[in-house]
This record gives sequence, C-alpha cells and structure tokens, in this order.
Amino acid sequence: MAATDAPATPEELKQRIEAGIPGATADVTGDGHHFNAVVSAPAFHGLSRIAQHRLVYDVFGAEVGDRIHALSIQTKAKAAERENSA
Amino acid sequence: MSDDQTTQIREAIQSAISENPVILFMKGSPDQPMCGFSARTVAILQHVGTPFAAVNILPDPRIRQELSGLSNWPTIPQLFIDGEFVGGCDIVSEMYESGELQQALGVEDAGEPGQAAPEPEPQEPAPLTIENRL
Repeated sequence: MAATDAPATPEELKQRIEAGIPGATADVTGDGHHFNAVVSAPAFHGLSRIAQHRLVYDVFGAEVGDRIHALSIQTKAKAAERENSA
Repeated sequence: MSDDQTTQIREAIQSAISENPVILFMKGSPDQPMCGFSARTVAILQHVGTPFAAVNILPDPRIRQELSGLSNWPTIPQLFIDGEFVGGCDIVSEMYESGELQQALGVEDAGEPGQAAPEPEPQEPAPLTIENRL
C-alpha cells in the first residue's frame, strides 16, 4: 500500500469528508490516530444521528479502526444553500 | 477461518442482543475497560444507574467483525437497547447530555443534563460474556 501508509492528518480527513458528502463543512482535529470531526451538511437533514454518523464513517470505510484509529463525530444538519451563486 | 464458527459467533451476538434489554459491546470489561471510549460509555451507563450486560470484543477479532456486520457500524463501543442499535460513545454521550438516553432507558435522570460524563467507577464483573469457541 502506498499513499495509505502515510499517517492520517486532520486536513486530509476534512478534505475527504467535504469531498465525500455534498455541501458538507467539517472541522477536524486530531493527533494522527485519534480524530474528532464536527460535520455540518444538508444531507443530514431528516436523518437519525446514527444515519448521519454512518455517512461520515462511510467516507473512510475500513480505514476507521485501522489507519484512522478512532474517529469521534458530532453532526449537525444545515439548511441546503439555495443561493444561485456558486 | 471456519464458517461454522463465524456463524456461531454471529448467532451468539444476536442472542445476546435479543436477550438483554441493555447490552454494551466494548473493549475490556466494565471494571477494566481497555479503551477510553468504552470507559466513558460504561461510566455514563453506571451514572444513569441502569443495569446492563457487557461483552468484551477483544478476545476474538471475529466478534467485532460479525458485530459490525450486524450493526453496520465500524467502531466500538456499541450500545443496544431493547434489541435496537443506539450508537457508539459519541451518540450515547450526546443522548446522555440531552436526557434522551435516560428516556430511552426509562430511568430518572441521575445527574444534571449537560454535565461532563463522570469518571468510570469499579463495578461487578460483566454479567455476560460470549464464549471464545475455539
């Protein structure tokens, strides 16, 4: 394994969450093994907490518990942006 | 790996979940948690004063594998109430702080909502273990 051998960083996790969940905003802190992610996304709207957290875990698949030793998650639904501007 | 043994483990997990109204799958035991997240979840359950069964997932990696397959949840601990998956440490903590956990467990709130989770306290040995059928 090449790239996945590199230690995970908060910045990497943030980018992958924001890329993996449409419209998501993530604040990630961590030490390379234990991470904490606060994630807001319109996709969370109407979902249970469990379903919201699963969306975040799904971004990383089997890396959770392995390369990403621990990932604490807090999720918040945020309103979908209706503005036309990008 | 034997498929029979894996099936036995999966069935033992399913039985444990259906037979125990409150059951926590964790690393270590309530009196000797092996991970901070498991310790915190145990401390919350002890603080709200609910009896609960606990299963140590560490003795056999297949316990975790089968559990995560059943719950579709990658991390440990995992709490089940009345056969339903409730969540891991983060969700249990949020539910404790909001009072939803006490409501789900049908217990009076033993502490002030919003307080930080208490430190783990020693308690009786785990009331349930899944045998290591090797």
